Amino acid sequence: MTDALRTTGLTKSFGSLKVTQAVDFALPTGSRHALIGPNGAGKTTFINLLTGTLAPSAGRIELLGEDITRMRPDQRVKHGLVRTFQINSLFPRLTPHQSVTLAVCERLGLTSRWFKRTGSYTAATDEASAILKQMRLSAVAHRPTSMLPYGQQRILEVAISLALRPRVLLLDEPAAGIPSSESAELFEVISELSDEISLLFIEHDMGLVFRFATRITVLVAGAVMAEGTPAEIAENPDVKTVYLGKGVHR
Amino acid sequence: MIASSPMQETSWLRRRGWELAVWIAVPVCVTLLFPDYFVLASQISAAALFVLSLDLLVGYAGLLSLGHAVFFGLGAYTAGLISKGGWSEPISALLAAGLVAGLVGYVTGFVVVRVRHLAQLMVTLGIGLLVFEGASRMRGVTGGDDGLQGMSISPLLGVFPFDLYGHAAFAYAFGVLAICFVVMTRIIDSPFGLTLQGLRDNPHRMAAIGTPGSARLRKAYTIAAVFAGIAGGLLAQTTQFVALETLSFHLSAEVLIMLVLGGAGYRYGGLVGAAVYMIARDWLSDLNPEFWQLGVGAVMVLVVLFAPDGVLGGVNGLIKRFGRARQEQP
Repeated sequence: MTDALRTTGLTKSFGSLKVTQAVDFALPTGSRHALIGPNGAGKTTFINLLTGTLAPSAGRIELLGEDITRMRPDQRVKHGLVRTFQINSLFPRLTPHQSVTLAVCERLGLTSRWFKRTGSYTAATDEASAILKQMRLSAVAHRPTSMLPYGQQRILEVAISLALRPRVLLLDEPAAGIPSSESAELFEVISELSDEISLLFIEHDMGLVFRFATRITVLVAGAVMAEGTPAEIAENPDVKTVYLGKGVHR
Repeated sequence: MIASSPMQETSWLRRRGWELAVWIAVPVCVTLLFPDYFVLASQISAAALFVLSLDLLVGYAGLLSLGHAVFFGLGAYTAGLISKGGWSEPISALLAAGLVAGLVGYVTGFVVVRVRHLAQLMVTLGIGLLVFEGASRMRGVTGGDDGLQGMSISPLLGVFPFDLYGHAAFAYAFGVLAICFVVMTRIIDSPFGLTLQGLRDNPHRMAAIGTPGSARLRKAYTIAAVFAGIAGGLLAQTTQFVALETLSFHLSAEVLIMLVLGGAGYRYGGLVGAAVYMIARDWLSDLNPEFWQLGVGAVMVLVVLFAPDGVLGGVNGLIKRFGRARQEQP
């Protein structure tokens, strides 16, 4: 199986502080991969490096075999690398339908067109409606996003990302702030996504991680501590120590 | 309202029928009820187009500008200089005014969109001051403080001469405003317009959906400059005079006031703001030629206090409140 995403020696330093330490990571095509670790482990920094929000101090990032280390964030998206944010990053004055349509139009290369109404691009608006239906947001599709409950805003985060038809989708705590019943539902929807989309998600809810991930990487202090299947990670004594403390695991 | 309209296609007449009726009613009302105010109505039309151009930046793209008069003034001087140079056909000169302003907008856009917030205000203010001082020094070309005089404009379409009463001037200014309004509405309703609204709301997220934000904002800045240039050319042609003040910081601030007054980000905000401001100014200066600015200041304070989103924002809020109250009734 080829790797959808691969990093080699990825490093990020702020002065003398190394927040990402020579991370070698591979995300096989179609995998559901969880990135876990305690607070401050550098998980979001790692995502920011992958998406180009932060420039690495050293190392290399490959997306579908192509070197994207120096690519701008918007160019990486065009190449199929899409993310969601830990804290909602939406368009408060647009509606969910407008937001998702915007993403679809961007993917289709329509956003520089300025003389036809957005509504006349029915392929784009219909696709947006279908995505919102899939994500169970049809009922609020035409309300301003700022008026939506937090949980629905989280789901809209994912909906916007799906509209970009990613090859690799990075989900930064997609279920943060959602009641547990709804977060399981959200992960059900995510797990039903096509195998053509490779998923890397950060999640603190270990129940969700062990239920939905096919592989897990444990990041501690910016370095990879362990990687393996959920069963391997569950039995890893170092991981148990990090999560449960030294006194519990003997 | 910007956000809540569904994007499904409905018939043009259903969507825009009432607007078309208003656009027809306004010139009819001016002609029948206010025949002495054609000159003011022409000036309001040019100012409204100028405010609309600023709204594309401020209300839709989320850019800030304290130097938008640069494009208005450049358009005015272009139309004036073309006329003085012997080319008196108005429509082609107006297009040239938009083109020159657009070219300057394109070049300065590279600097303006690099920064945000206060820095953007400072950059646009700086560009405005540079151009104003340049025009002031080039007396041989611009007329300096005396302004550019001696323009002559050919009859509109070769048939309608610009008379002293301002009939042709009003028809011309209102017609240009209507055409530009339709074009700008198209832009706002297009995928490009949606992108601008996304950039206004959340530029970081736009990068995360793959939008090259700077390029889109530069395009918006250039388009806004074109329309501001056309507005300036329109004023120059209808008054047959260009004052140095068309490039001034004072005018940049005044157009921002008109926009805030009408409501930024509302399609008709620019039109309402320009009309309210200029009619109030005309009326108050008639009442008291010395202290009319006191009245304008009071109107501004009251609007910002009671309708922070401008006149149209206030009306929109009242409609929503009224609708909610009706829904809550048993």
